[in-house]
Amino acid sequence: MTIEAETPENAREGRKEMAAVSAEEPVLLPREELDSVVIRFAGDSGDGVQITGSQFTDTTALAGNDLATFPDFPAEIRAPAGTTYGVSAFQINFGARSIATSGDVPDVLVAFNPAALKVNVDDMHAGSLIIVDTGTFTARNMDKAGFTSNPLEDGTLEKFRALKIDISKLTVEAVKEMGLTSKEALRCKNFWTLGLVYWLYGRDRAPTTDWLKKKFAKRPDIADSNIAALNAGHAFAETAEMPGEISSYIVPPAALEPGVYRNITGTDALAWGLLAGTKLADLKMTFCSYPITPASSLLHALAGLRHFDIVTFQAEDEIAAVCSAIGASYTGSIGVTSSSGPGVALKGEAIGLAISTELPLIIVNSQRAGPSTGLPTKTEQSDLYQSVYGRNADSPVVVLAACSPADCFEVGIEAVRLTTKFMTPVILLTDGYIANAAEPWRIPDVDTFEPFPTEFHTDTEGFHPFLRDPETLARVWVKPGTPGLEHRIGGIEKSYDSGHISYDSQNHQKMTDTRASKVDGVADHIPLQDVADGNDSGALAVIGWGSTYGPISRAVSNLRAMGKDVSHIHLRHIWPFPRNLGDLLGQFDNVLVPEMNNGQLVNVLRAKYLVDAKGLSQVNGQPFKIATIEDAILKQLEK
Amino acid sequence: MTVVKSPEKLTVKDLTSDQEVRWCPGCGDYAIIKGVRNALAEIGTPTEKTVFISGIGCAARFPYYMATYGFHTIHGRAPAIATGVKLTNPELDVWVATGDGDCLSIGGNHTLHVIRRNVDVNVLLFNNEIYGLTKGQYSPTSKIGTRSPSTPLGSVDNPVSAIEFALGSGARFVARSVDTLQKHLPGVLVRAHGHKGASFVEIFQNCIVYNDGVFAHFTDRSVAADTQVHLEHGKPVLFGKDSDKGIRLNTTTLKLEIVKIGENGITEDDILVHDETNKVLATLLAQMQAPEFPVALGVIYCEPAAEYTSAVYEQIDAVKKQSPTPSLKELLHSGHTWQVDA
Repeated sequence: MTIEAETPENAREGRKEMAAVSAEEPVLLPREELDSVVIRFAGDSGDGVQITGSQFTDTTALAGNDLATFPDFPAEIRAPAGTTYGVSAFQINFGARSIATSGDVPDVLVAFNPAALKVNVDDMHAGSLIIVDTGTFTARNMDKAGFTSNPLEDGTLEKFRALKIDISKLTVEAVKEMGLTSKEALRCKNFWTLGLVYWLYGRDRAPTTDWLKKKFAKRPDIADSNIAALNAGHAFAETAEMPGEISSYIVPPAALEPGVYRNITGTDALAWGLLAGTKLADLKMTFCSYPITPASSLLHALAGLRHFDIVTFQAEDEIAAVCSAIGASYTGSIGVTSSSGPGVALKGEAIGLAISTELPLIIVNSQRAGPSTGLPTKTEQSDLYQSVYGRNADSPVVVLAACSPADCFEVGIEAVRLTTKFMTPVILLTDGYIANAAEPWRIPDVDTFEPFPTEFHTDTEGFHPFLRDPETLARVWVKPGTPGLEHRIGGIEKSYDSGHISYDSQNHQKMTDTRASKVDGVADHIPLQDVADGNDSGALAVIGWGSTYGPISRAVSNLRAMGKDVSHIHLRHIWPFPRNLGDLLGQFDNVLVPEMNNGQLVNVLRAKYLVDAKGLSQVNGQPFKIATIEDAILKQLEK
Repeated sequence: MTVVKSPEKLTVKDLTSDQEVRWCPGCGDYAIIKGVRNALAEIGTPTEKTVFISGIGCAARFPYYMATYGFHTIHGRAPAIATGVKLTNPELDVWVATGDGDCLSIGGNHTLHVIRRNVDVNVLLFNNEIYGLTKGQYSPTSKIGTRSPSTPLGSVDNPVSAIEFALGSGARFVARSVDTLQKHLPGVLVRAHGHKGASFVEIFQNCIVYNDGVFAHFTDRSVAADTQVHLEHGKPVLFGKDSDKGIRLNTTTLKLEIVKIGENGITEDDILVHDETNKVLATLLAQMQAPEFPVALGVIYCEPAAEYTSAVYEQIDAVKKQSPTPSLKELLHSGHTWQVDA
């Protein structure tokens, strides 16, 4: 067993001898209080890193901290063991204060193997804690990870506090009695490690024990072994087999708004939001999708909610998915399809059909890095152009974007409201980060939500299928099966006055104008744009959309605390924009648009409002760091 | 499929919309729509419970001329839209009107899947072996050597056999007819409608402008008796003016052959008896091509199996039985929650 601790202080003096393993009575030192902590768990795809992370998340939420997480996994399901491209990671930022992002730089890295250390070590700051499983540092594994010498011994870890433990061996010892195979026994090492980390942050083990019992109800030996490993890791830390330099910490509960809370991922929030919207609209949902990373999880979530009268359909391809959703909307249900950018590209023609026939349709795009297959598991927000402009002809749709996992609930409802009220497709943008990340959510009282029941047209008097609501310009929605209203619609241009096929040139002008006016008119039925943080005029507005909300809000609030004149505006409604947006931007000397793309919203804003907005672009597959945005803001303010 | 008879008998007029028909004069589609209206009048489903879905092409204009619900969609995707319609309201009678390019080229994938899922829709393939609306290019069913604007020296690729494709996709109902066979076509369509599950009907349709007479070698009245065989379940596969020619299964070669009753000691007992539920037989019959063989018309294969939307709703009903009053509020509060006090 090797345990060794290195502090920045002793690191400067060179390598220290290994700290002795204490066999003395544990000395219970007072826990050091921290405002917030960022932990990153990393290991092979098969090491159970995501489970470890989500368990730590649940327990941390129960302890009353605010938090944000970032699961970051490889595209391969089981990449060859020990390779750097097979490293899966889960980062959590939790604190006694409000937490907006999953954290810029980890304070703690748990590396289950050499490859995990290799991939993540450069992200760590001097003095941060690195926990490694020395049992995996074999010559072969180190070679696979690309280390030419042993990083545990060659000074790689000098500037950090490294906790080197043979977790593999200790885990196998801890579960020896359970009669597992050695392979099964080793699989418990994530829970051994979790036990250790729980001790470090004073976490309760009970929720995880309960979870394991439920999860492995049919394999109690597996449940008991993992619980034994969890307890052993905890006991190892508690009985002071830890070097003195490693203290234990406490992160007090955050001051959150009173209410009942739960953890929620963007996927679940969106599934529930769409369901809530469907209920408020007094409709049923037909959800049609084709598997694609990272959007598939929404299909999985809704497939589990069929007792709510949701029909889910795994179509043969992306086009069939959107087309069956359109068929559902035509028949009087709310048709929803979901995909990621490449799949949405395939759906383009059919979205045009829904625009032309003026049917409700929700298209969820969990954006990922592109073009083409790009980086399927990495986040990006580069489909804004595709959403606003990406179809043949003049084909406007409503575009909405969720800014955080929990925000998906409200945006899901808003999508249903707008698509039914205006009989127009709505594109709802999330991204890989929002879909997978979790955050605490104050559960809203759904009984207080204002319903927006759908009215199907049944009156035969003067009927034609393109009769419009004079205010919203929405056409009537008629369910097949309604007597006396048999009619035909299609993708050929229709007469404004009868809904019949029309090749008349003036009519096409009128219908094109009408479709544009209808979508533009949505702006009269959405809230005016507010300022998320700061004044409604001043030196600089930072305007964002989607999952950049977290880092922008933290960067702006940090700099405002330092007295800087900067405000944060965050868009939920991307198309049409809120009516006051142009005037609002005009109140600022400068406008900065951070985006995880090569500059898209910035150009839409420039085109629409002739505003000299500046872009801040990042496309490295990772969320923005707060510091990156702070630097950009400071640079703008210096000008 | 629920068949609800109207209080008054449905007529062809009730099924005819007020829209001016825009097919070329003499187009086989006129005959097909007449056959369809006759069939629907016989079936008697109220017009508001019938939906015609189409993709793109000449055939796809079909819904505009029916006084039912209709949705003219995009190229090749009608089966997918129809699946969405049926999934949302299984009570509707859903028909897909499609052409050979729409059904077997751009939409081949959706045709495959609507058939293999066995969604209760009736797919009517208007096969004219040519692209009409795009002005005469060869299609996936055109014979090798078809000269067209895109194949001025003749096409070189093998055509697909629509019925064999459908059988290969797992179809439980396949049938064939001809646009001009006004006594035959409605009966086939009524059978297709009565079949619970995906029904696939190939209708040979003459394109008078770009492929006139392509089927004349077996549809022309002067040769029909010797070049068509009208299949009936449980009856011997006989043809010819005097019904004296028949199809026999050669059990040595496992191939069909033409025999003549009275010649070489052949009696009616030697003639193959059509069994709609025999898929191997269906495949052999579907493969018969004129002029070597008579073309098999009628219901080639019918062997019902579990239908897709019914299976979907059985699952939904089962989970609804387990939790009959699901509450959104409870869902939101499920799993770990915690209270934060003021």
